[in-house]
Amino acid sequence: MSQSHASHHVGDDASHGSLKGYMIGTVLSLVLTLASFGVVMFRVVSPAFGLAAIVVLCVAQLVVQLFYFLHIGASRSQRANTGIFVCTAFLIAVIVGLSLWVMHNANVNMMPTQISIDRAMAHD
Amino acid sequence: MAHAAITHAHGHGHDHDDGTRTTLGFWIYLMSDCLIFATLFATFGVLANATAGGPGAKDLFELPYVLGETLLLLASSVTFGMAMLNLYAQRRGQVIVWLAITFLFGAGFIAMEVNEFAKLIADGAGPGTSAYLSAYFTLVGTHGLHVTAGLLWIAVMMHQTFRFGLTGTIRRRLACLSLFWHFLDLVWICVFTFVYLRGFL
Repeated sequence: MSQSHASHHVGDDASHGSLKGYMIGTVLSLVLTLASFGVVMFRVVSPAFGLAAIVVLCVAQLVVQLFYFLHIGASRSQRANTGIFVCTAFLIAVIVGLSLWVMHNANVNMMPTQISIDRAMAHD
Repeated sequence: MAHAAITHAHGHGHDHDDGTRTTLGFWIYLMSDCLIFATLFATFGVLANATAGGPGAKDLFELPYVLGETLLLLASSVTFGMAMLNLYAQRRGQVIVWLAITFLFGAGFIAMEVNEFAKLIADGAGPGTSAYLSAYFTLVGTHGLHVTAGLLWIAVMMHQTFRFGLTGTIRRRLACLSLFWHFLDLVWICVFTFVYLRGFL
């Protein structure tokens, strides 16, 4: 379908994608989605491994869709987009990771544990 | 003079200046949108266990329903890809048809989400029930608003494609919309993983 036209766009092909690329991306996304839901719905592994499994499957599907649908890559035409994305991914890791870390520590160290919430509220 | 010469020299090699700078700018906007979602995900992560004695994920959601939403959004992402392939192949009619199919899948997703929200609120699990549900409605609602904006944009682009044909301006706008629509599917992957599936572990 797109083969006959592809020859007109040799230089641009990487940023445009092709029918084959979209099909590969679709099949991989579908498999990874069903695997994620399958792991949780059918209790394939223990909860601790389950979290690791769905995080890995999530990241894998993000990479698949970035590559096949958003055409992120190392080619010359996509280098600026990819560079900006990598910087953003770093910022996201800092914002999400450190927020969770800080708030977890605040939660563990600062919440009253020797007094129930009902009693604490009755005092005010 | 000198400026014009430099601009010309820089632009040389692009035989058609078809808005690559616009798509780069739009990409930077999308990355800033990414940061909005990152802060909302961080908030949700902090408040995920703050149910205040109210219902949690296992009481509220049904995974097959969420899987249905996920598949609708994935399908819409693929059909938008088909619209873009037809755009490169200069087939205007096919572009409009695939945009219409994408719109229907996206509208189906929004309908399911609105139905889910209405059911939660009717069951007394609205955003005011607990910090967990406040964070849930803010995060998932923000994504839903983005998809709704995307649907409006698709409708506008269907009209513009029909009215003006596949001009340079239309191609540039569809390229930006393509980035936006695929980006929303990326955000949804994180939503179904960290909001829904994680709650069922």
